[in-house]
Amino acid sequence: MIEFEGVTKRYPDGTVAVEDLSLKVDTGQITVFVGPSGCGKTTALRMINRMIEPTSGRILIDGDDVTSRPEAQLRREIGYVIQGAGLFPHRTVLDNVATVPILQGISRREARTNALDLLERVGLAANLGERYPAQLSGGQQQRVGVARALAADPPVLLMDEPFSAVDPVVRDDLQQELLRLQGELGKTIVLVTHDIDEAIRLGDKVAVFDQRARLAQFAPPADLLAAPADDFVASLVGRDRGFRGLGFADGSSVALKPIDHGVDGLTLEVDHDGRPLGWRGTDGLLPTEGTFSDGANLRTVTDLVILSPAGAAIRVDAEGRADGLVLLEDLAGSVRSQQRERLAALATSEDAG
Amino acid sequence: MSLDYLLDAANWSLTSPDGFPQRILEHLGYTVLALAIAAVIAFPIGLLIGHTGRGALIAINLGNAGRALPTLGVLMLALGLVGIGLVPVTIALVVLAIPPILATTYAGIQSVADATVDAARGVGMTEAQIAWRVEVPIALPIIIGGLRNASLQVVSTATIAAYVGLGGLGRYLFDGLATLQYDQVVAGAIVIAVLAVAIDLALAGAQRLLVSPGVDGRGAGNRPSTVRPEPQPEPAG
Amino acid sequence: MSEIWRYLETNADDVLTALVQHIWLALIPVAIAFVLALPLGALVHRYVPARHIALTAGSVIYTVPSLALLLLLPGLLGTSVLDPINVVIALTLYSLALLVRTTADGLDAVDTTVLQAATAMGYRPVRRWFTVQLPLAMPVVLTGLRVATVANVSMVSIAALIGIGGLGQLFTRGFQLGFYLPPIIIGLVLSVTLAVIADVLIVAIQRGLTPWARAGAR
Repeated sequence: MIEFEGVTKRYPDGTVAVEDLSLKVDTGQITVFVGPSGCGKTTALRMINRMIEPTSGRILIDGDDVTSRPEAQLRREIGYVIQGAGLFPHRTVLDNVATVPILQGISRREARTNALDLLERVGLAANLGERYPAQLSGGQQQRVGVARALAADPPVLLMDEPFSAVDPVVRDDLQQELLRLQGELGKTIVLVTHDIDEAIRLGDKVAVFDQRARLAQFAPPADLLAAPADDFVASLVGRDRGFRGLGFADGSSVALKPIDHGVDGLTLEVDHDGRPLGWRGTDGLLPTEGTFSDGANLRTVTDLVILSPAGAAIRVDAEGRADGLVLLEDLAGSVRSQQRERLAALATSEDAG
Repeated sequence: MSLDYLLDAANWSLTSPDGFPQRILEHLGYTVLALAIAAVIAFPIGLLIGHTGRGALIAINLGNAGRALPTLGVLMLALGLVGIGLVPVTIALVVLAIPPILATTYAGIQSVADATVDAARGVGMTEAQIAWRVEVPIALPIIIGGLRNASLQVVSTATIAAYVGLGGLGRYLFDGLATLQYDQVVAGAIVIAVLAVAIDLALAGAQRLLVSPGVDGRGAGNRPSTVRPEPQPEPAG
Repeated sequence: MSEIWRYLETNADDVLTALVQHIWLALIPVAIAFVLALPLGALVHRYVPARHIALTAGSVIYTVPSLALLLLLPGLLGTSVLDPINVVIALTLYSLALLVRTTADGLDAVDTTVLQAATAMGYRPVRRWFTVQLPLAMPVVLTGLRVATVANVSMVSIAALIGIGGLGQLFTRGFQLGFYLPPIIIGLVLSVTLAVIADVLIVAIQRGLTPWARAGAR
C-alpha cells in the first residue's frame, strides 16, 4: 500500500505543484492519477520513487518511509514506465529488459533468459530480443518498457503517461494488455494520464487533480461517472456520463424472456444446435447484429438492444447457444431500478458520513 | 614535383635515426602521449559538466577559445617559459588538445535524450552508473569525433615542433627547406599527410568497433529519424 | 610586463605590418571560400553523389596538417615556396572544405514544410532560394563561417615558418632571440584578439540578418 501524508511540493519560484496531498493507494489495484496538464499528477507520481523530493509531508510504501533507503535501491524495487518508453538506444531489447536484475547482481545470462520469458509475457516475439530500440515501432518499444519495469518483479509499478505516445489503435491494444497482465500479476500500479477515458477504463480507483493542484475526487470510476464531486470533475469526465456509466453495471441483472418470445412480429430462429441464425419475420430472415454472454455489462446489452432489428438482445451460453432475450422494456426497468439503488446507497452513506 | 627522396629506399631504413620509420614512430609517440594526457584531463571534466549541467558555459566557450589559439604561438610560449625539450612541447600539445576533447565530450553527454537519462535514474542506477553505462556509450560517436579533431591538431602541431629542434616528421620539412632540397620537403609532407589520414581512419575504425549499432544506426531496418548524424570534424592549425 | 610595452614601442611598425598582413592573409581566403561555398553547398545539398565526393574530399583536406599542405602546393601549382599565394590557396581550400559542408547542413536544416508552403503560395524556385531558403539556412551557415574564420586567423601564423608574413613572425622572432617572451606574448594577444573580434563581428551580422531567431528565443 502506498500512502501520501500531507505531501506538498513547492518550487523556489513559488509555484505549487502538489498541495497537501493525502491519499492511500490500495495494494494490488490500479490507481489512476488524472487531470489537466500542470495539475501535479506526474509530480505526485515521481515523488513515490523519489525522482522528485517533497517540500513537506511524507510518502510510505507498506509502512516504510521512502526516504529511509538510498534512492537507487528504492528505485530498483519499483517498476517505472515513462512515455515513449525511454529505452536505452545503445543496448539490445533483451539487455534493456535485463537492466534491473543485472543491477541487483543477477548473472547476465540468467537475467537475459528471464528477459526472454518476459518479452513473451508482454506479447512480443522472442526474435525481437536481439534488435535495437530504434528498430522497433512505438507500440513495441512501449511493451519493452513495461517488460523492463517488470523484470525484477517489483510489487509496485509506476507508469507516467505510458500510452500517450502511440496512436489510438495501438493504445487500445496496450491498455487491454495491461489489464490482462494485471489479472495475472496483481501489482500495485499507479498510472498517470491526461485521458479521462483511459482512467475510467483502467482504474480500479481514480484520483482527479484539478488545475490548482488539488485532489478533486478520489473514487472508483463508476462513482466518478454517477456522482462527480464538483463541476470540474463533471466537465472533465465529459458528456454521456449516464450512458458510459452503464459500462460498470452488470448486464446479468436484467430479466430474461425465453427465446421463443415473439417481439414486434419477429421470432428468433436457431439452428439444430440452438445457435441463433436471425430474426424471422414477414420480410424474411433479418441478421441478429450480435449476441452477449453472461458477464457482459449493461452498456453492451443496451447497444445490442438498440441495434437489433427486433429491439431485443440475444444472450448465448458458453457454447454459443441462445438461452434468453432482453427486451427494451425490461432493460429500461433494470436501468431505472439500478439508479434508485444508487441514490439510496448515496443517501445512507451521506447519513453515515 | 620530385619524389626522389620519398622513393629512395635508403630513407626507409629501419635503423637510421633519420629514416622515415623512426621519425614516424617519434611523431606517433609525441601524438599518442599528448592525446592520452589531454584525454585523461579533459574527458572526466567534460563528463562531469555534461552530466550535471554545471559549468556548461566553460565547456561551450572553451571549444571556441581553443580554436582561436595560434598553435605556433602556444608552442613558443611553452618553450619560452619552461625551456627546450619534450616536456614543454608536450605541455603545448596537451593545452591545444584539451579544448576539442572537453567541448565535444560535454556536447555529446548533454545531448543524450533527457527521457533516456530519466529512465536510467528511474530503474535505479546511481549517478555514476548513469554516466558510464548510459551517457558515455550513447555519446561515444561525438566523443570520438572530438578525439579525432584533437588528434589532427596534435599531429599538425607536432609537425611544427620540428622547427625548434624536436624530432618527428616535421624534420624533413625544415631540413629540406634549409638545404633547399625540395624533394625532401615533398617527401616529408606526403608522409605527414598519409600519417594524419591513417590516424584519422584508425580512430574512425575504433568508432565502428566501440559504438553500439543501436546508436549509429548500423542495425538493419532502422528508422531514419532516430539515427544520429555524423559529428563534424574541424580544421587543424 | 614593461618589457612587453618597450618591445611594442620599439617595434611598432613591424608589429603593425605583421598585423595587417595577417588580416589580409586570414580574411581573403575565408571570403573567397564563403562566396564559392554557397553555390557548391547548394549543389551538395541537392545531389547525393556530389555530397559523397565533397565530404570525402573535404575530410582528406582538413586531415592534412596545414604546414604539409602549404609545402605541397608549390610543387603542385608550380609556384615558388615563398609566394604568399600558397597560403591563400591552402587556407581557401581548408575554409572551403568546412564551409561547403556547413552550407549544405544549413540548407538541409530548413524545414521542408516551409519550403513547400512557399512553393504553394507561388514562389518560383530562384526567388524562393534567395528569399526563403537562404535566409533560413543562415544560422548554421554563419556558425560555420565563424569556425572557419577563427581557424584561419590561427592558421596564418604558421606561414611565418616558411618566411611569409603575418603575426607568426613575432613568434619566430621571439624564437630567434632565444625564446624572448615579449614578441611571443604580443603575437598571442593580437592573434587571439583578432580572432575574437572577427567572431563577434560575425555574430553581430548573424543577429542582424536573422531577427526572427532573437524574437523566438526570448
